[in-house]
Amino acid sequence: MDLQAIWFFLWGLLWALFFMTDGFDLGIGTLYPFIGKTDREKRIMINSLGPLWDGNEVWLITAGGVTFAAFPTVYAVMFSSLYTALMLILFALILRGVSFEFRGKVDSPAWRKIWDTAIFVGSFTPALLFGVAFANIFQGIPFDREGVYHGTLLTLLNPYGLIGGVLFLLLFLQHGALWLTIRTTGDLQQRARKTAGIIWWVLLVVAVLFLVFTKFATGLYDNYISHPLLFFIPVVAVIALIGTRLLLAKGAFLNAWLTSALTIVACTFFGIAGLFPNLFPSSLNPEFSLTAYNASSSPLTLRIMLIVVLIFIPIVLIYQIWAYRLFTDKVTDKDLAYEEAY
Amino acid sequence: MDVVLLSRLQFAAATMFHFLFVPLTLGLSMIVAVMETKYVRTGDEIYLRMTKFWGKLFLINFALGVVTGITLEFQFGTNWSRYSAYVGDIFGSLLAIEATVAFFLESTLLGVWIFGWEKLSKKAHAIVMWLVALAGNLSALWIIIANGWMQHPVGYTIRNGRAELLDFVAVVTNKFAILQLFHTLGAAFILSAFLMMGISAYHLLKKNQVDFFTKSFQIALVFGIVATFFVAIEGDMHGVHVSEVQPAKLAAMEAHWETASRAPIHMFAIPDEENEKNSIEIGSIPGLLSFLGYHDFDAEVRGLKSFPKDQRPPVWITFLAFRGMVGLGTYFILVMIVAWFRRNRLLESPLLLKVMLFSIPLPYIAIELGWVLAEVGRQPWIVYGLMRTSDAASPIAGSQVLATLIGFVVLYGLLGAMGFYLMYRHAKKGPKAAAAS
Repeated sequence: MDLQAIWFFLWGLLWALFFMTDGFDLGIGTLYPFIGKTDREKRIMINSLGPLWDGNEVWLITAGGVTFAAFPTVYAVMFSSLYTALMLILFALILRGVSFEFRGKVDSPAWRKIWDTAIFVGSFTPALLFGVAFANIFQGIPFDREGVYHGTLLTLLNPYGLIGGVLFLLLFLQHGALWLTIRTTGDLQQRARKTAGIIWWVLLVVAVLFLVFTKFATGLYDNYISHPLLFFIPVVAVIALIGTRLLLAKGAFLNAWLTSALTIVACTFFGIAGLFPNLFPSSLNPEFSLTAYNASSSPLTLRIMLIVVLIFIPIVLIYQIWAYRLFTDKVTDKDLAYEEAY
Repeated sequence: MDVVLLSRLQFAAATMFHFLFVPLTLGLSMIVAVMETKYVRTGDEIYLRMTKFWGKLFLINFALGVVTGITLEFQFGTNWSRYSAYVGDIFGSLLAIEATVAFFLESTLLGVWIFGWEKLSKKAHAIVMWLVALAGNLSALWIIIANGWMQHPVGYTIRNGRAELLDFVAVVTNKFAILQLFHTLGAAFILSAFLMMGISAYHLLKKNQVDFFTKSFQIALVFGIVATFFVAIEGDMHGVHVSEVQPAKLAAMEAHWETASRAPIHMFAIPDEENEKNSIEIGSIPGLLSFLGYHDFDAEVRGLKSFPKDQRPPVWITFLAFRGMVGLGTYFILVMIVAWFRRNRLLESPLLLKVMLFSIPLPYIAIELGWVLAEVGRQPWIVYGLMRTSDAASPIAGSQVLATLIGFVVLYGLLGAMGFYLMYRHAKKGPKAAAAS
């Protein structure tokens, strides 16, 4: 593999890790008004993701940063053409982050209500729009040779984009509900478990529709047909999805969550593998498409960044896994009583 | 409306707002780490209460710092795509390294620190705080190396129609960036110290938890006095380097129009950009600008008129920002000296305490002015001498930027107001009373 191909893979991996980690807290934020019945339950939900959401969000910054470092032209064209969609995502993430911090700081129902709404809006919007954005990338984006985008926000809300958005949303909802089953007890846990079970069926249906629609809306399968071995990626996704069902039924919640994480990674890679070597295809003319080869940084920068990433990403994974392991126990009333708790 | 102007306004609003919260995450985090270490070492409950009280202030602040930081990274792509494509080979990698090496550590461990009081040993918990503080400062290092490269680009070559990396070591050891880094870190400590001393002063004036706030005041004072002197001396070195690599900025800082040796500094001046002169100059000290720029009273300083009009920064803003920053810096030194001599008689010094209380906003103003000077003084370049700001914006519609600019101002205005309100409430309420022993 050459440097550009390695970086293409790492680029996909970092986005996949972002979806895998932040996915569950975006999911919980979206489920939040529906599953949390009392203030105590709501607080348990927020505190279940409290120690982890911030570290999760850094995967987004890293994915964005690596896009900038390794494929500057992609970074430039992708984020300027998806301007409004990305800004909506960022505004939502800002709102969500401060909501966790602010919600419990003033003891008033009206105050908490504001932030409850903000948590829902701030979680639902990115969960949906990331899917919309990536489905559109799979499909191709109308931009010209100069990187000028010929469309609006509504252009992105086409049927394939929307089904991609719904797919991501469902993946994150399931991921979030499963996380709740790990960290909660009693009624709340039962509700989360039931929700995860229901979402699973919807997810299955939408995933099948998405795979079929992909055949007609995109060229992703071309790579699969010329390299049939790649089909192991969607197969992994399917096996992981089935695994989630079985493990959930057994009450092995942590393992069910891990298979759900694997499903998300495999789903992301299903698209990434189909895209190669395109990073940001143009729907106007394939010649304008930005690929790993025509949009990358210089070999020197790619080499230096490869060293940085190969050293530090494993270190990050080690301490994040340590942090996750610290916080997979049940959220108790004692946890809620801390001054610092959300 | 003009995309470049709107994008500049948006970037200015987003960075300046972001930087209201960054200094405390650099300075206060360290001070909290020191307090927690003292608690672990001595077992004295007062240090635990200090850690928790000042730590909570740090946390409210941190939340706003993080969420406003995320948008900055993406704005290079959304609003400055020509810039990003042209210099991403160098600039992008610095941002990516910042996230990978520093920001991950800070964010992940802060979560552990907030929720891990019972899960970790006391010692491990204190180490986590140190790592959070160090990672925050390490973050600043990479961001400022990136900004330093825009100020004074080094280690690159123009190839394939863009700036490409030639010498990574030259980029990370860029003298401009190093000087700017220490200036910023020092300023962050000044701000943190003033905030702590101001809040402590408020409670001391009310004779509230005297022991707690006297100790807090004194700890902050040590950081503050070192930092004020450090920033002044370091700022002087920074000034000399600016005169070498950004002579137009130096000239604009002092509204210096004609090239001259023994160039003066005017105590009071009103620049007149139209007629390329100062309409009023009072109290001129000959040779002082030469000394500031070159450490030599007789040195020749290039005047603004020696630069083509399209290579001069806006004089008024640069001039005022510099004066404001230096004036406030001088004031900080004086206040710190007075506070130092009264440090053991704080209760008998109500005037000093009042001054400290009302000085809380001043370092915020100084630090913002410093960035205005650095960024506006660099104009018309986005990368000094290499790329113009006017060539850097994205090919997007002005209406798009206008909409998000309004969004930023409204959202940030509301969140900022609430954030500062929560900090104010927490600061005013004071720490929980000590458990009866």
